[in-house]
Amino acid sequence: MAELIEAPTGARTDAGTYDAPADTHAVAVARMGRSGRVLPRITGKLLSGLIIIGAITLFGLLGPLVVGDPHDASHEPLLPPSPAHLLGTTKLGHDVLAQIATGTQGSLFVGVVAGLVALLLALVFGVLAGYFGGAVDEVLMLITNIMLVIPGLPLVMIIATYVQHTEGLGALARSSLLVALVLGITGWAGSAVVLRGTARSLRTRDYVAASVVAGERPLRIIFVEILPNLVPLLAAQLIFGVIFAVLGEAGLSYLGLGPTGSITLGTVLNDAQTGQAVGSGAWWWFVPPGAIIALIGTGLSLINFAIDEIVNPKLRLAPAAARRQRRAQRAEAATRGEEVAA
Amino acid sequence: MRFWTRRVVFYVITLWAAVSLNFLLPRMMPGDPAAIMIGKLRRASGGRPLSEATITSIHALLGTGKDTSLWDQYLVYWGRMLQGDLGVSSTRYPASVGDLIADALPWTVTLVGTATVISFVIGIVAGAWAGWRRGTWVDQLVPVTTFLQSIPYFWLALVLVAVFSVQLGLLPIFGGYGVFEYPAGPEWSLGFLGSVVVHALLPATTIVISSVGGWLLGMRNMMVQEMAEDYVLTAEAKGLRPSRIRRAYAARNAAIPSLAGFGIALGFVVAGSIVTEQVFSYPGIGKLMIQAVQGLDYALMQGVFLVITLTVLAANVLVDLLYGFIDPRVRRNG
Repeated sequence: MAELIEAPTGARTDAGTYDAPADTHAVAVARMGRSGRVLPRITGKLLSGLIIIGAITLFGLLGPLVVGDPHDASHEPLLPPSPAHLLGTTKLGHDVLAQIATGTQGSLFVGVVAGLVALLLALVFGVLAGYFGGAVDEVLMLITNIMLVIPGLPLVMIIATYVQHTEGLGALARSSLLVALVLGITGWAGSAVVLRGTARSLRTRDYVAASVVAGERPLRIIFVEILPNLVPLLAAQLIFGVIFAVLGEAGLSYLGLGPTGSITLGTVLNDAQTGQAVGSGAWWWFVPPGAIIALIGTGLSLINFAIDEIVNPKLRLAPAAARRQRRAQRAEAATRGEEVAA
Repeated sequence: MRFWTRRVVFYVITLWAAVSLNFLLPRMMPGDPAAIMIGKLRRASGGRPLSEATITSIHALLGTGKDTSLWDQYLVYWGRMLQGDLGVSSTRYPASVGDLIADALPWTVTLVGTATVISFVIGIVAGAWAGWRRGTWVDQLVPVTTFLQSIPYFWLALVLVAVFSVQLGLLPIFGGYGVFEYPAGPEWSLGFLGSVVVHALLPATTIVISSVGGWLLGMRNMMVQEMAEDYVLTAEAKGLRPSRIRRAYAARNAAIPSLAGFGIALGFVVAGSIVTEQVFSYPGIGKLMIQAVQGLDYALMQGVFLVITLTVLAANVLVDLLYGFIDPRVRRNG
């Protein structure tokens, strides 16, 4: 992990095998190092990711205001899509579009809350372990590794079952907030490992050593010197957390362990399953919610790619360098061909 | 040697933590899972009184709620675990949890195991190729694999069922074998084996499609990184054939992290594709887990969770052993 965040310098000397030394990997890395980019370049991937996520977020935020009441069951049951009901109706006479708009909102809520909880835990465990090292590192990483090894979904299922049948929680017991918390508490370990590796490498930097010598308190060093350098990585981990939670919520709800009070994309799928949507060919009921989940995941992953390419320049520069090499090779072959012809 | 000692200590602690978590969870809850469970068992047995042994066993597993100290309960619990006593199921009374798990295990292991191996092989081969052809149109495949990975796998299963079973009527909708052709249960015959294969096609396809993207992407990225290393450049400078550089140099090193991932994925085979098994009503571990959760069968739930965790741990131990041999750097830096 250490080399991933390393500021690229022109130190590498893997000049190309072909006659194009001016434009090889090392030079490209050096150029990128100088520009010191913080924000990702707007590439095709990033743009499509942002558009997908923007559109879905808007749909989740504004959709429920426009499409009507998702609980209104006064429509004709199991209508296929028509101008009156763009995505048809369910077996109980709900408008599918209205359900999905509200469900998107619910799923995004669970995703973001769980993602933030997981990120916070990963920060505490990963950065503290990486920064302090020694005994703190041993203990925190032991807990992290145990969480990493214990299988996630079964654990979530068990915790959710116990919690949901606990008396005294009232409405909270089966709320989407609680589902989000359970998903967050069980999903932070992977991020913690990544953050710890980077924090450990940042800790050995001269500017951190300078702060230590200057007598800064450890917490201030972590917040002022280390965290700003972790921002791209934190963003990537948050995105992973959100994807994980949205998918996890869908699975949990599909099994009937999701929030009952609110509508999410997972509960819509669960209703579709109990309503025999697949058997009766009511594709408009179960295809759209799953498609939206897949789109959320894809959009977020595309954004993550852009972040990945900042954190790990090799991923971006190596294909570009290979492309240039090939072009040079082809040009060379072409000129040689002309020489032969002449 | 220090490396192995550390690993052994880690696994012992993890094992202890997993069992203790199983012990603590039902006792931390304000309700009384043991009372619920015994009530369920009474109903399941049709009002006949439960044997003293069953009740003691349930109390040992889920907590007595009486004035025995938590520590004493903990010791009794460990005693039960070491004897392999996982209690009696209430949803499938009077079957013991151990027997139920033993029945379900082969189904999950064969289905998910085969699917995992297929997915891994396809992913690694395709990933090595995509990494080799970096900077060409193949790079465009990367976003496609992300889409595959972002699909909720049970939803993919639903769509496959809707198309191949409901619309086209080609493949069976549920179960691990034809329950109508073989009402007596599994038997050793060619016809039965065929029935099992046909029933496994859709679930296996679902698992392969939804997991292949991860292998492909991981391998491709590692391949791209390895291709930028100096030793590859040296190999090129020596004038080795590209196919040799690809196979014997880059792909070999690039596959190391994927191999570790593969070992761990094999461990998660038993955790299975819980939700996929639910879609197909496949008679495996996942289905058992769902039954337990839906029927509030706490004993079954604990037992399944314990078995799942144990397999994952075992797989991790194996991976560690192998990894230490494959990649000596791990031993030194671990």
